[in-house]
Amino acid sequence: MRDTKFTSRSPLLAAYSTLVFAFIYLPIVVLILYSFNRDGVGGFPPRHFTLDWYRQLFSDSAIWDSVVNSLIVAAASVAMSLTLGLLAALALDRANFPGKVLFRRLVLLPLILPGIITGLSLLMFAVFAGMQLSLFTVFLGHGTALISVATTEIFAGLQKLDRAQEEASLDLGATPWQTFWRVTLPNLKLSLIAAGLLIFTLSMDEIAVTFFLIGRDNTLPLEIWGRLRRGITPEINAISALIFSVSVALIVVWYRLRARTMRSSPR
Amino acid sequence: MYSRTYKTLVAVPPLLWVGVFLLLPYALMFAHGFWLVRDGFLVHQWNVQNYRALFTNPLYLQVFLRTARIAASVTLCSLLLGYPLAYYLSFHAGPRKEFLYQLVIIPLWVSYLVRGYAWKTILGSDGVLNGFLQYLHITREPVSFFLYSPFAVILVLTHIYTPFVFLPIYAALEHIPRPLVEASQDLGANRSATFLRVILPLSIPGLLAGAAFAFVLSLGDFLAPLLVGGPSATMIANIVQSLFGAAYDWPLGAAISVCILLITISLLFATERLEKRWSFK
Repeated sequence: MRDTKFTSRSPLLAAYSTLVFAFIYLPIVVLILYSFNRDGVGGFPPRHFTLDWYRQLFSDSAIWDSVVNSLIVAAASVAMSLTLGLLAALALDRANFPGKVLFRRLVLLPLILPGIITGLSLLMFAVFAGMQLSLFTVFLGHGTALISVATTEIFAGLQKLDRAQEEASLDLGATPWQTFWRVTLPNLKLSLIAAGLLIFTLSMDEIAVTFFLIGRDNTLPLEIWGRLRRGITPEINAISALIFSVSVALIVVWYRLRARTMRSSPR
Repeated sequence: MYSRTYKTLVAVPPLLWVGVFLLLPYALMFAHGFWLVRDGFLVHQWNVQNYRALFTNPLYLQVFLRTARIAASVTLCSLLLGYPLAYYLSFHAGPRKEFLYQLVIIPLWVSYLVRGYAWKTILGSDGVLNGFLQYLHITREPVSFFLYSPFAVILVLTHIYTPFVFLPIYAALEHIPRPLVEASQDLGANRSATFLRVILPLSIPGLLAGAAFAFVLSLGDFLAPLLVGGPSATMIANIVQSLFGAAYDWPLGAAISVCILLITISLLFATERLEKRWSFK
Protein backbone atom coordinates (compact mmCIF):
# COMPACT_ATOMS: atom_id res chain seq x y z
CA MET A 1 0.00 0.00 0.00
CA ARG A 2 2.88 2.31 0.73
CA ASP A 3 4.06 1.92 -2.86
CA THR A 4 1.32 3.97 -4.46
CA LYS A 5 2.59 6.77 -6.61
CA PHE A 6 2.04 9.24 -3.82
CA THR A 7 4.62 7.76 -1.54
CA SER A 8 7.09 7.37 -4.38
CA ARG A 9 10.34 9.33 -4.57
CA SER A 10 10.17 13.02 -5.16
CA PRO A 11 13.67 14.29 -5.92
CA LEU A 12 12.86 17.98 -5.84
CA LEU A 13 11.20 17.78 -2.46
CA ALA A 14 14.00 15.58 -1.15
CA ALA A 15 16.57 18.13 -2.28
CA TYR A 16 14.64 20.96 -0.64
CA SER A 17 14.33 19.01 2.60
CA THR A 18 18.06 18.35 2.55
CA LEU A 19 18.61 22.09 2.29
CA VAL A 20 16.31 22.73 5.22
CA PHE A 21 18.23 20.18 7.26
CA ALA A 22 21.47 21.89 6.21
CA PHE A 23 20.05 25.21 7.40
CA ILE A 24 19.02 23.72 10.74
CA TYR A 25 22.35 22.06 11.37
CA LEU A 26 24.74 24.56 9.75
CA PRO A 27 25.20 26.79 12.81
CA ILE A 28 25.71 23.83 15.09
CA VAL A 29 28.31 22.28 12.79
CA VAL A 30 30.14 25.60 12.39
CA LEU A 31 30.09 26.12 16.13
CA ILE A 32 31.63 22.76 16.89
CA LEU A 33 34.16 22.99 14.05
CA TYR A 34 35.49 26.35 15.18
CA SER A 35 35.80 25.25 18.78
CA PHE A 36 38.83 23.30 17.49
CA ASN A 37 40.23 26.17 15.42
CA ARG A 38 43.50 27.65 16.65
CA ASP A 39 42.98 30.98 14.87
CA GLY A 40 39.75 31.79 16.59
CA VAL A 41 36.17 32.25 15.51
CA GLY A 42 35.72 33.23 11.89
CA GLY A 43 37.87 33.06 8.80
CA PHE A 44 37.60 30.26 6.31
CA PRO A 45 38.56 27.49 6.18
CA PRO A 46 39.49 26.61 9.76
CA ARG A 47 43.13 25.59 9.38
CA HIS A 48 44.91 24.57 12.54
CA PHE A 49 43.38 22.01 14.84
CA THR A 50 43.81 22.63 18.55
CA LEU A 51 42.35 21.61 21.89
CA ASP A 52 43.59 24.77 23.56
CA TRP A 53 40.15 26.35 23.82
CA TYR A 54 38.89 23.34 25.72
CA ARG A 55 41.98 23.43 27.93
CA GLN A 56 41.35 27.10 28.61
CA LEU A 57 37.72 26.32 29.31
CA PHE A 58 38.52 23.65 31.86
CA SER A 59 40.72 26.01 33.86
CA ASP A 60 38.14 28.82 33.75
CA SER A 61 36.70 28.81 37.23
CA ALA A 62 34.00 31.45 36.58
CA ILE A 63 32.43 29.16 33.97
CA TRP A 64 32.47 26.17 36.29
CA ASP A 65 31.01 28.18 39.15
CA SER A 66 28.15 29.11 36.86
CA VAL A 67 27.76 25.47 35.81
CA VAL A 68 27.40 24.51 39.47
CA ASN A 69 24.84 27.29 39.95
CA SER A 70 22.88 26.06 36.94
CA LEU A 71 22.99 22.50 38.23
CA ILE A 72 21.67 23.58 41.64
CA VAL A 73 18.84 25.58 40.08
CA ALA A 74 17.97 22.79 37.63
CA ALA A 75 17.96 20.09 40.33
CA ALA A 76 15.80 22.18 42.65
CA SER A 77 13.44 23.05 39.79
CA VAL A 78 13.10 19.40 38.85
CA ALA A 79 12.25 18.44 42.43
CA MET A 80 9.79 21.29 42.81
CA SER A 81 7.97 21.07 39.52
CA LEU A 82 7.80 17.27 39.65
CA THR A 83 6.22 17.35 43.11
CA LEU A 84 3.68 20.02 42.23
CA GLY A 85 3.18 18.63 38.73
CA LEU A 86 2.42 15.21 40.17
CA LEU A 87 -0.12 16.64 42.60
CA ALA A 88 -1.65 18.81 39.90
CA ALA A 89 -1.92 15.86 37.52
CA LEU A 90 -3.60 13.76 40.22
CA ALA A 91 -5.98 16.61 40.98
CA LEU A 92 -6.85 17.13 37.31
CA ASP A 93 -7.36 13.41 36.84
CA ARG A 94 -9.36 12.67 39.98
CA ALA A 95 -10.81 15.70 41.64
CA ASN A 96 -13.30 18.34 40.65
CA PHE A 97 -12.55 21.71 42.06
CA PRO A 98 -13.60 25.26 41.25
CA GLY A 99 -11.33 26.89 38.68
CA LYS A 100 -10.16 23.62 37.19
CA VAL A 101 -10.31 24.87 33.61
CA LEU A 102 -8.67 28.14 34.57
CA PHE A 103 -5.92 26.25 36.41
CA ARG A 104 -5.19 24.11 33.35
CA ARG A 105 -4.78 27.17 31.16
CA LEU A 106 -2.89 29.16 33.76
CA VAL A 107 -0.10 26.60 34.26
CA LEU A 108 0.44 26.52 30.50
CA LEU A 109 0.93 30.28 30.22
CA PRO A 110 4.68 30.38 30.97
CA LEU A 111 5.31 27.99 28.08
CA ILE A 112 3.12 29.91 25.65
CA LEU A 113 3.94 33.48 26.58
CA PRO A 114 7.24 35.08 25.62
CA GLY A 115 9.74 34.60 28.44
CA ILE A 116 10.00 38.32 29.12
CA ILE A 117 6.39 38.45 30.37
CA THR A 118 6.83 35.69 32.93
CA GLY A 119 10.28 36.97 33.89
CA LEU A 120 9.10 40.50 34.51
CA SER A 121 5.97 39.41 36.37
CA LEU A 122 8.09 37.39 38.75
CA LEU A 123 10.55 40.26 39.08
CA MET A 124 7.72 42.55 40.14
CA PHE A 125 6.49 39.89 42.52
CA ALA A 126 9.95 39.46 44.05
CA VAL A 127 10.35 43.20 44.58
CA PHE A 128 6.79 43.44 45.89
CA ALA A 129 7.47 40.63 48.38
CA GLY A 130 10.78 42.21 49.38
CA MET A 131 12.94 39.35 48.11
CA GLN A 132 16.55 39.80 47.09
CA LEU A 133 17.24 38.61 43.54
CA SER A 134 19.37 35.49 43.77
CA LEU A 135 19.54 31.92 42.55
CA PHE A 136 16.46 31.36 44.70
CA THR A 137 14.35 33.75 42.62
CA VAL A 138 15.71 32.07 39.48
CA PHE A 139 14.63 28.73 40.93
CA LEU A 140 11.17 30.14 41.68
CA GLY A 141 10.91 31.21 38.05
CA HIS A 142 12.09 27.94 36.54
CA GLY A 143 10.23 25.72 38.97
CA THR A 144 6.96 27.56 38.46
CA ALA A 145 7.25 27.95 34.71
CA LEU A 146 8.01 24.26 34.23
CA ILE A 147 5.19 22.83 36.38
CA SER A 148 3.14 22.54 33.21
CA VAL A 149 5.73 20.27 31.60
CA ALA A 150 5.51 17.90 34.56
CA THR A 151 1.73 18.15 34.75
CA THR A 152 1.21 17.36 31.07
CA GLU A 153 3.64 14.45 31.05
CA ILE A 154 2.37 12.89 34.30
CA PHE A 155 -1.27 13.47 33.39
CA ALA A 156 -0.67 11.49 30.19
CA GLY A 157 0.85 8.73 32.33
CA LEU A 158 -2.16 8.75 34.67
CA GLN A 159 -4.57 8.39 31.78
CA LYS A 160 -2.95 5.07 30.96
CA LEU A 161 -2.94 3.86 34.55
CA ASP A 162 -5.24 0.96 35.28
CA ARG A 163 -7.43 2.15 38.14
CA ALA A 164 -8.45 -1.39 38.97
CA GLN A 165 -4.97 -1.88 40.42
CA GLU A 166 -5.54 0.93 42.88
CA GLU A 167 -8.99 -0.37 43.73
CA ALA A 168 -7.60 -3.85 44.32
CA SER A 169 -4.93 -2.44 46.61
CA LEU A 170 -7.50 -0.54 48.65
CA ASP A 171 -9.86 -3.54 48.79
CA LEU A 172 -7.05 -5.73 50.06
CA GLY A 173 -6.62 -3.44 53.02
CA ALA A 174 -3.85 -1.06 52.03
CA THR A 175 -4.29 2.51 53.20
CA PRO A 176 -4.63 5.24 50.54
CA TRP A 177 -1.12 6.35 51.49
CA GLN A 178 0.32 2.85 50.93
CA THR A 179 -1.61 2.55 47.69
CA PHE A 180 -0.12 5.80 46.49
CA TRP A 181 3.46 4.75 47.26
CA ARG A 182 3.19 1.13 46.18
CA VAL A 183 0.80 1.24 43.22
CA THR A 184 0.28 4.73 41.82
CA LEU A 185 3.81 6.05 42.00
CA PRO A 186 5.64 2.98 40.60
CA ASN A 187 3.26 3.04 37.64
CA LEU A 188 4.22 6.62 36.92
CA LYS A 189 7.95 6.00 37.14
CA LEU A 190 8.68 6.44 33.42
CA SER A 191 6.56 9.57 33.11
CA LEU A 192 8.32 11.05 36.12
CA ILE A 193 11.79 10.33 34.76
CA ALA A 194 10.88 11.64 31.31
CA ALA A 195 9.40 14.85 32.74
CA GLY A 196 12.38 15.26 35.04
CA LEU A 197 14.88 15.02 32.19
CA LEU A 198 12.96 17.49 30.09
CA ILE A 199 12.64 19.99 32.93
CA PHE A 200 16.32 19.61 33.73
CA THR A 201 17.36 20.35 30.15
CA LEU A 202 14.98 23.29 29.82
CA SER A 203 16.12 24.77 33.11
CA MET A 204 19.82 24.41 32.23
CA ASP A 205 19.25 26.29 28.96
CA GLU A 206 16.74 28.88 30.14
CA ILE A 207 17.71 32.50 29.56
CA ALA A 208 14.69 34.78 28.92
CA VAL A 209 13.07 34.37 32.36
CA THR A 210 16.42 34.06 34.15
CA PHE A 211 17.56 37.34 32.62
CA PHE A 212 15.25 39.30 34.92
CA LEU A 213 15.54 37.20 38.07
CA ILE A 214 19.28 36.77 38.34
CA GLY A 215 21.14 38.18 41.33
CA ARG A 216 24.87 38.23 41.84
CA ASP A 217 25.52 34.56 40.98
CA ASN A 218 25.23 33.71 37.30
CA THR A 219 23.78 30.62 35.75
CA LEU A 220 25.71 29.21 32.80
CA PRO A 221 23.62 30.83 30.03
CA LEU A 222 23.82 34.20 31.80
CA GLU A 223 27.58 33.83 32.27
CA ILE A 224 27.93 33.16 28.53
CA TRP A 225 25.62 36.07 27.79
CA GLY A 226 27.80 38.38 29.86
CA ARG A 227 30.92 37.26 27.99
CA LEU A 228 29.31 37.78 24.60
CA ARG A 229 29.01 41.47 25.41
CA ARG A 230 32.77 41.61 25.91
CA GLY A 231 33.51 39.92 22.57
CA ILE A 232 33.57 36.39 21.29
CA THR A 233 36.25 33.75 21.76
CA PRO A 234 36.36 30.10 20.73
CA GLU A 235 36.16 29.30 24.43
CA ILE A 236 32.46 30.11 24.11
CA ASN A 237 32.33 27.76 21.13
CA ALA A 238 33.88 25.07 23.29
CA ILE A 239 31.37 25.45 26.13
CA SER A 240 28.51 25.70 23.62
CA ALA A 241 29.66 22.50 21.94
CA LEU A 242 29.67 20.80 25.35
CA ILE A 243 26.20 22.15 26.17
CA PHE A 244 25.01 20.89 22.80
CA SER A 245 26.40 17.40 23.39
CA VAL A 246 24.89 17.14 26.86
CA SER A 247 21.49 18.41 25.64
CA VAL A 248 21.48 15.89 22.81
CA ALA A 249 22.45 13.07 25.15
CA LEU A 250 19.67 13.97 27.60
CA ILE A 251 17.12 14.35 24.82
CA VAL A 252 18.01 10.99 23.32
CA VAL A 253 17.54 9.37 26.75
CA TRP A 254 14.25 11.24 27.14
CA TYR A 255 13.09 10.16 23.72
CA ARG A 256 13.90 6.51 24.38
CA LEU A 257 12.04 6.61 27.68
CA ARG A 258 9.04 8.21 26.07
CA ALA A 259 8.97 5.64 23.30
CA ARG A 260 9.05 2.97 25.98
CA THR A 261 6.17 4.57 27.88
CA MET A 262 4.16 4.72 24.68
CA ARG A 263 4.82 1.09 23.84
CA SER A 264 4.12 -0.24 27.31
CA SER A 265 0.61 1.19 27.19
CA PRO A 266 -2.17 -0.66 25.43
CA ARG A 267 -3.76 2.52 24.12
CA MET B 1 -13.14 5.90 45.08
CA TYR B 2 -10.90 8.79 46.18
CA SER B 3 -11.76 10.34 49.50
CA ARG B 4 -12.36 13.99 50.08
CA THR B 5 -9.12 14.29 52.01
CA TYR B 6 -7.19 12.76 49.12
CA LYS B 7 -8.70 15.19 46.65
CA THR B 8 -8.00 18.16 48.90
CA LEU B 9 -4.44 17.04 49.54
CA VAL B 10 -3.59 16.74 45.85
CA ALA B 11 -5.46 19.85 44.68
CA VAL B 12 -4.57 22.45 47.29
CA PRO B 13 -0.74 22.66 47.07
CA PRO B 14 -0.53 23.19 43.29
CA LEU B 15 -3.46 25.59 43.36
CA LEU B 16 -1.86 27.63 46.13
CA TRP B 17 1.56 27.62 44.48
CA VAL B 18 0.25 28.61 41.07
CA GLY B 19 -1.97 31.22 42.66
CA VAL B 20 0.88 32.84 44.57
CA PHE B 21 3.76 32.48 42.12
CA LEU B 22 1.98 32.73 38.80
CA LEU B 23 -1.44 34.35 39.07
CA LEU B 24 -0.35 36.98 41.57
CA PRO B 25 2.74 38.02 39.53
CA TYR B 26 0.67 38.33 36.35
CA ALA B 27 -1.92 40.34 38.31
CA LEU B 28 0.87 42.56 39.64
CA MET B 29 1.92 43.23 36.07
CA PHE B 30 -1.59 44.42 35.23
CA ALA B 31 -1.60 46.60 38.35
CA HIS B 32 1.79 48.15 37.57
CA GLY B 33 0.43 49.18 34.19
CA PHE B 34 -1.99 51.49 35.98
CA TRP B 35 0.55 52.99 38.38
CA LEU B 36 3.21 55.59 37.69
CA VAL B 37 6.71 56.73 38.49
CA ARG B 38 7.26 60.13 40.03
CA ASP B 39 10.73 61.53 40.86
CA GLY B 40 12.25 58.10 40.39
CA PHE B 41 9.81 56.38 42.75
CA LEU B 42 6.96 54.04 42.01
CA VAL B 43 3.67 55.63 43.06
CA HIS B 44 0.62 53.45 43.59
CA GLN B 45 -1.76 55.94 42.07
CA TRP B 46 -4.30 54.49 39.67
CA ASN B 47 -4.28 56.13 36.23
CA VAL B 48 -4.26 55.32 32.52
CA GLN B 49 -1.37 57.61 31.61
CA ASN B 50 0.83 54.73 30.47
CA TYR B 51 -1.71 53.42 28.03
CA ARG B 52 -2.37 56.90 26.75
CA ALA B 53 1.37 57.36 26.17
CA LEU B 54 1.46 54.07 24.29
CA PHE B 55 -1.23 55.09 21.86
CA THR B 56 -0.16 58.70 21.37
CA ASN B 57 3.62 58.43 21.15
CA PRO B 58 4.41 57.39 17.55
CA LEU B 59 7.69 55.80 18.62
CA TYR B 60 5.93 52.91 20.33
CA LEU B 61 3.58 52.34 17.45
CA GLN B 62 6.51 52.37 15.05
CA VAL B 63 8.44 49.79 17.05
CA PHE B 64 5.29 47.73 17.46
CA LEU B 65 4.80 47.69 13.69
CA ARG B 66 8.44 46.77 13.09
CA THR B 67 8.11 43.96 15.61
CA ALA B 68 4.95 42.70 13.94
CA ARG B 69 6.71 42.84 10.57
CA ILE B 70 9.69 40.88 11.85
CA ALA B 71 7.43 38.34 13.56
CA ALA B 72 5.35 37.95 10.39
CA SER B 73 8.49 37.41 8.29
CA VAL B 74 9.74 34.83 10.76
CA THR B 75 6.39 33.06 10.64
CA LEU B 76 6.32 33.03 6.85
CA CYS B 77 9.93 31.84 6.52
CA SER B 78 9.43 29.11 9.14
CA LEU B 79 6.33 27.93 7.31
CA LEU B 80 8.16 27.92 3.97
CA LEU B 81 10.89 25.78 5.51
CA GLY B 82 8.83 23.74 7.93
CA TYR B 83 5.84 22.78 5.82
CA PRO B 84 7.66 21.14 2.87
CA LEU B 85 9.92 19.38 5.34
CA ALA B 86 6.95 18.01 7.28
CA TYR B 87 5.24 17.04 4.03
CA TYR B 88 8.34 15.25 2.79
CA LEU B 89 8.79 13.35 6.04
CA SER B 90 5.16 12.36 6.29
CA PHE B 91 4.62 11.25 2.70
CA HIS B 92 7.94 10.55 1.07
CA ALA B 93 10.60 9.67 3.62
CA GLY B 94 9.76 5.98 3.74
CA PRO B 95 11.65 3.92 6.31
CA ARG B 96 13.94 6.80 7.32
CA LYS B 97 10.96 8.76 8.61
CA GLU B 98 11.49 8.08 12.30
CA PHE B 99 15.18 8.93 12.17
CA LEU B 100 14.64 12.15 10.22
CA TYR B 101 11.88 13.13 12.62
CA GLN B 102 14.25 12.87 15.55
CA LEU B 103 16.80 14.85 13.58
CA VAL B 104 14.35 17.76 13.39
CA ILE B 105 13.41 17.48 17.04
CA ILE B 106 16.89 17.52 18.54
CA PRO B 107 17.76 21.18 17.75
CA LEU B 108 14.43 22.15 19.27
CA TRP B 109 15.85 21.44 22.70
CA VAL B 110 19.25 22.92 22.07
CA SER B 111 19.88 26.15 23.90
CA TYR B 112 18.50 29.26 22.29
CA LEU B 113 21.65 31.07 23.31
CA VAL B 114 23.96 28.52 21.71
CA ARG B 115 22.14 28.83 18.39
CA GLY B 116 21.98 32.61 18.49
CA TYR B 117 25.67 32.75 19.31
CA ALA B 118 26.51 30.39 16.46
CA TRP B 119 24.81 32.73 13.99
CA LYS B 120 26.71 35.64 15.43
CA THR B 121 30.01 33.91 14.64
CA ILE B 122 28.79 33.12 11.13
CA LEU B 123 27.42 36.52 10.17
CA GLY B 124 29.99 38.85 11.75
CA SER B 125 32.23 41.07 9.61
CA ASP B 126 35.17 38.78 10.34
CA GLY B 127 32.85 35.83 10.67
CA VAL B 128 32.70 32.51 8.91
CA LEU B 129 30.44 33.63 6.06
CA ASN B 130 32.69 36.56 5.17
CA GLY B 131 35.75 34.32 5.39
CA PHE B 132 34.01 31.87 3.08
CA LEU B 133 33.03 34.53 0.53
CA GLN B 134 36.56 35.93 0.46
CA TYR B 135 38.01 32.45 0.20
CA LEU B 136 35.94 31.92 -2.93
CA HIS B 137 36.90 35.41 -4.16
CA ILE B 138 33.26 36.43 -4.39
CA THR B 139 33.92 39.47 -2.26
CA ARG B 140 37.20 41.20 -1.50
CA GLU B 141 36.23 43.23 1.55
CA PRO B 142 34.26 41.88 4.50
CA VAL B 143 30.55 42.53 4.13
CA SER B 144 29.24 44.16 7.29
CA PHE B 145 25.51 44.18 6.74
CA PHE B 146 24.92 40.49 7.51
CA LEU B 147 25.04 41.13 11.23
CA TYR B 148 23.19 43.86 13.14
CA SER B 149 20.15 44.16 10.90
CA PRO B 150 16.51 43.06 10.96
CA PHE B 151 17.59 40.44 8.43
CA ALA B 152 19.88 38.82 11.00
CA VAL B 153 17.08 38.77 13.58
CA ILE B 154 14.68 37.17 11.10
CA LEU B 155 17.31 34.60 10.16
CA VAL B 156 18.07 33.63 13.76
CA LEU B 157 14.43 33.47 14.82
CA THR B 158 13.51 31.48 11.71
CA HIS B 159 16.26 29.07 12.59
CA ILE B 160 14.92 28.72 16.10
CA TYR B 161 11.22 28.41 15.25
CA THR B 162 11.32 26.22 12.13
CA PRO B 163 11.31 23.01 14.22
CA PHE B 164 8.46 24.48 16.32
CA VAL B 165 6.42 25.08 13.19
CA PHE B 166 7.34 21.72 11.74
CA LEU B 167 6.01 19.81 14.75
CA PRO B 168 2.24 20.53 14.65
CA ILE B 169 2.20 20.44 10.83
CA TYR B 170 3.84 17.04 10.85
CA ALA B 171 1.36 15.81 13.46
CA ALA B 172 -1.55 17.06 11.34
CA LEU B 173 -0.17 15.42 8.19
CA GLU B 174 0.37 12.15 10.02
CA HIS B 175 -3.26 12.17 11.11
CA ILE B 176 -4.61 12.39 7.58
CA PRO B 177 -6.12 9.00 6.82
CA ARG B 178 -4.08 7.55 3.97
CA PRO B 179 -7.14 6.02 2.26
CA LEU B 180 -8.38 9.56 1.63
CA VAL B 181 -5.22 10.32 -0.29
CA GLU B 182 -5.45 7.07 -2.21
CA ALA B 183 -9.11 7.67 -3.01
CA SER B 184 -8.23 11.05 -4.43
CA GLN B 185 -5.63 9.47 -6.68
CA ASP B 186 -7.88 6.61 -7.72
CA LEU B 187 -10.52 9.12 -8.71
CA GLY B 188 -8.05 10.64 -11.11
CA ALA B 189 -6.62 13.62 -9.25
CA ASN B 190 -2.98 14.21 -10.00
CA ARG B 191 -0.41 14.90 -7.34
CA SER B 192 -0.86 18.64 -7.05
CA ALA B 193 -4.65 18.40 -7.10
CA THR B 194 -4.51 15.83 -4.33
CA PHE B 195 -2.22 18.08 -2.36
CA LEU B 196 -4.24 21.24 -2.84
CA ARG B 197 -7.68 19.73 -2.34
CA VAL B 198 -7.10 16.98 0.18
CA ILE B 199 -3.84 17.27 2.06
CA LEU B 200 -3.46 21.03 2.45
CA PRO B 201 -6.98 21.67 3.79
CA LEU B 202 -6.63 18.81 6.25
CA SER B 203 -3.32 20.14 7.51
CA ILE B 204 -4.58 23.66 8.13
CA PRO B 205 -5.09 23.18 11.89
CA GLY B 206 -1.45 22.14 12.28
CA LEU B 207 -0.31 24.96 10.06
CA LEU B 208 -2.26 27.48 12.12
CA ALA B 209 -0.92 26.16 15.40
CA GLY B 210 2.67 26.31 14.15
CA ALA B 211 2.24 29.78 12.67
CA ALA B 212 0.65 31.13 15.86
CA PHE B 213 3.48 29.74 17.94
CA ALA B 214 6.22 31.22 15.77
CA PHE B 215 4.50 34.59 15.57
CA VAL B 216 3.76 34.91 19.25
CA LEU B 217 7.19 33.84 20.44
CA SER B 218 8.96 36.13 17.95
CA LEU B 219 6.70 38.99 18.97
CA GLY B 220 8.01 38.91 22.53
CA ASP B 221 11.63 38.14 21.76
CA PHE B 222 14.28 40.49 23.07
CA LEU B 223 17.40 38.32 22.97
CA ALA B 224 17.87 37.97 19.20
CA PRO B 225 17.78 41.75 18.65
CA LEU B 226 20.33 42.19 21.45
CA LEU B 227 22.53 39.43 20.07
CA VAL B 228 22.46 40.02 16.31
CA GLY B 229 20.00 42.85 15.69
CA GLY B 230 21.59 46.16 16.52
CA PRO B 231 19.68 49.45 16.83
CA SER B 232 17.87 49.13 13.50
CA ALA B 233 16.19 45.95 14.70
CA THR B 234 15.02 47.07 18.13
CA MET B 235 11.84 45.19 18.96
CA ILE B 236 9.06 46.00 21.38
CA ALA B 237 10.39 43.67 24.08
CA ASN B 238 13.71 45.56 23.96
CA ILE B 239 11.84 48.72 24.84
CA VAL B 240 10.21 46.91 27.75
CA GLN B 241 13.54 45.57 28.89
CA SER B 242 15.15 49.03 28.84
CA LEU B 243 12.16 50.50 30.71
CA PHE B 244 12.77 47.92 33.41
CA GLY B 245 16.49 48.68 33.34
CA ALA B 246 18.25 51.96 32.77
CA ALA B 247 15.16 53.94 31.73
CA TYR B 248 13.43 52.94 34.99
CA ASP B 249 9.76 53.24 34.18
CA TRP B 250 8.24 49.98 35.34
CA PRO B 251 4.62 51.09 34.93
CA LEU B 252 5.10 51.96 31.26
CA GLY B 253 7.07 48.72 30.73
CA ALA B 254 4.30 46.79 32.43
CA ALA B 255 1.68 48.46 30.23
CA ILE B 256 3.56 47.37 27.09
CA SER B 257 3.97 43.87 28.53
CA VAL B 258 0.23 43.71 29.15
CA CYS B 259 -0.33 44.63 25.50
CA ILE B 260 2.03 41.85 24.38
CA LEU B 261 0.26 39.44 26.73
CA LEU B 262 -3.20 40.38 25.48
CA ILE B 263 -2.16 40.16 21.82
CA THR B 264 -0.58 36.77 22.49
CA ILE B 265 -3.59 35.35 24.29
CA SER B 266 -6.15 36.66 21.80
CA LEU B 267 -4.11 35.36 18.86
CA LEU B 268 -3.80 31.93 20.42
CA PHE B 269 -7.47 31.94 21.29
CA ALA B 270 -8.42 32.92 17.74
CA THR B 271 -6.22 30.22 16.17
CA GLU B 272 -7.64 27.65 18.56
CA ARG B 273 -11.14 28.47 17.31
CA LEU B 274 -10.02 28.45 13.70
CA GLU B 275 -8.26 25.13 14.22
CA LYS B 276 -11.49 23.65 15.54
CA ARG B 277 -13.40 24.91 12.55
CA TRP B 278 -10.89 23.43 10.13
CA SER B 279 -10.48 20.07 11.78
CA PHE B 280 -12.59 17.47 10.10
CA LYS B 281 -13.61 15.34 13.03
